[in-house]
Amino acid sequence: MMPLTRSSSTSLLRILRTLPTYALLIVLGTVFLLPFLWALTSSLREQGAGMIFPPRFLPNEFHFENYPRVFELIPFARFLGNSVVITGIALAGEILSASFVAFGFARMRFPGRNLLFVLLLSTMMIPYPVTMIPSFLLWVRGLNMFNTIGPLTLPAFFGPAFSVFLLRQFFMTINTELDEAAKVDGANEFRVYWQIILPLAKPAIATIAIFSFIANWNDFLTPLLYLSDRNLFTAALGINYLRNFRGGGELSYQMAATVMFVLPCIVIYFAAQHFVIEGIVTTGLKG
Amino acid sequence: MATAPARTRPGHLARREALIGYVFISPWLIGFLVFLAGPILASLGLSFTQYKPGQIPIWVGLANYVRMFGDELFYLSLSVTTKYTLISVPLGLAIALGLALLLNQKVPGQRFFRTVFYVPSLISGVAMAIVFAWIFNSRFGILNYLLSFLKLDGPNWLSDPDFTLSAFVLMSLWGVGSTVVIFIAALQGVPVALYEAASLDGAVGWRRFIHITLPMISPVVLFAAITGVIGTFQTFAVSYIMTSGGPANASLFYLLYLYKNAFNWFEMGYASALAWFLFLIILICTGLLLRTSDLWVHYEGLGKK
Repeated sequence: MMPLTRSSSTSLLRILRTLPTYALLIVLGTVFLLPFLWALTSSLREQGAGMIFPPRFLPNEFHFENYPRVFELIPFARFLGNSVVITGIALAGEILSASFVAFGFARMRFPGRNLLFVLLLSTMMIPYPVTMIPSFLLWVRGLNMFNTIGPLTLPAFFGPAFSVFLLRQFFMTINTELDEAAKVDGANEFRVYWQIILPLAKPAIATIAIFSFIANWNDFLTPLLYLSDRNLFTAALGINYLRNFRGGGELSYQMAATVMFVLPCIVIYFAAQHFVIEGIVTTGLKG
Repeated sequence: MATAPARTRPGHLARREALIGYVFISPWLIGFLVFLAGPILASLGLSFTQYKPGQIPIWVGLANYVRMFGDELFYLSLSVTTKYTLISVPLGLAIALGLALLLNQKVPGQRFFRTVFYVPSLISGVAMAIVFAWIFNSRFGILNYLLSFLKLDGPNWLSDPDFTLSAFVLMSLWGVGSTVVIFIAALQGVPVALYEAASLDGAVGWRRFIHITLPMISPVVLFAAITGVIGTFQTFAVSYIMTSGGPANASLFYLLYLYKNAFNWFEMGYASALAWFLFLIILICTGLLLRTSDLWVHYEGLGKK
């Protein structure tokens, strides 16, 4: 117990040293949290609260009824449902197709493989606007899919490059001995993919699933281009629609809808934080 | 004698493997041709035409490009986007690096603060635009209210053309969290031995940062700069929702102008020319960053370059 005094005095010193860091972290952290807190408290305020000066942080009384009111003003349940359907289909498509393609790049030898993989990587640099107009014409005039969920979901079934890249990197780390053993037992490549690699790749699949969810859930431009029928609106279009809707100009309703809109992303982040951080670090992907 | 069948057999196997390999990558290959290569070429073709949906495209040669260079709004949207990029990308990198350095000091609660800084970047886009439209409200918004405590008279953020772009830059800084996460990982990858050697040489604090930390993480900074530039040139949802490009076109981002041409005014040929020009700009910016990277990026173990 003798060294205790010494170590506690050095740890006190350490704490003192980290104090400025903490002070700074707390100030900056507050700045980053402020918009959230403000949106949350504003969602519970009375009508007309947006037009009061000085603005207040805490409501006088909590108006929880603002939340159900959003569903009366606009068909928000339908919008959320549409988002769930679109996000779910795109998610399934992305997981299936990206893992399938990644298996080819990671495990099969064929002429041009490296060249094609470089091509795949370079497609990640191509900005969406470059293909936006012809893609629109293809979906709308060529395939007659305006006001359908096709343009929002089908592209995910064609191996989105970021996810292929991430999964391919992960597959490369899986020992090939398992594949060989399965092949000796008579399994073909498709069974190796489905029964061996895919189950082992769950962490990487979780990562791409989360990023796919967040990207599709938040996407604004694509639904804006392809959906004009209000019944098909996604939640992202819906919260913007509410702003321009009669009675929707209220601060509290807008914030209530926005809080409901962002909640799934935040919940998923907290449920699977590890996968998110891993994914960003390996690909440099922005959330 | 035995070599001949032994050779054809692997040959046959290799062919079979190659065939199955192509089957595996075929979804991406088809997608690449149909949704990327095809549209890119089509967009180049369209950029030489005058085309409104429902009509037959009329070949106009370089007219769209000529028109572009005489179009005031084109220059304006380009300058808005360039200004925004030149301010928000370096500022965002610096702030992300500062936050990463703070978090990289082994303080308890590191994970908590990482979460606080990261979560806003999950919300970029529509939700962010709607919340910040209220925050920036000049009369009733909390930003100007908070500024009033500092005895500052907050501007009309979203209705004064001189301040609109600043508002967008401020808002973009709220989303630096994903870069912070990348930087923390990079900082943790710097070998401890280097720091130990440096402290023997008496390099501490700022000098240690300049001579060791910064060079070691420079490839990651370069990467973040490139993805940052690609991202800012595609700014759309925030300006569409918050200002529709106003006031007085002060937030007419390039992609918003392109969108308006294509989908509000149905000038699809002209918009395609704008899209191709955007592609070129992004290629040039990326190329410039990579070219100049020799000057400031340090690649460990590869000597120079």
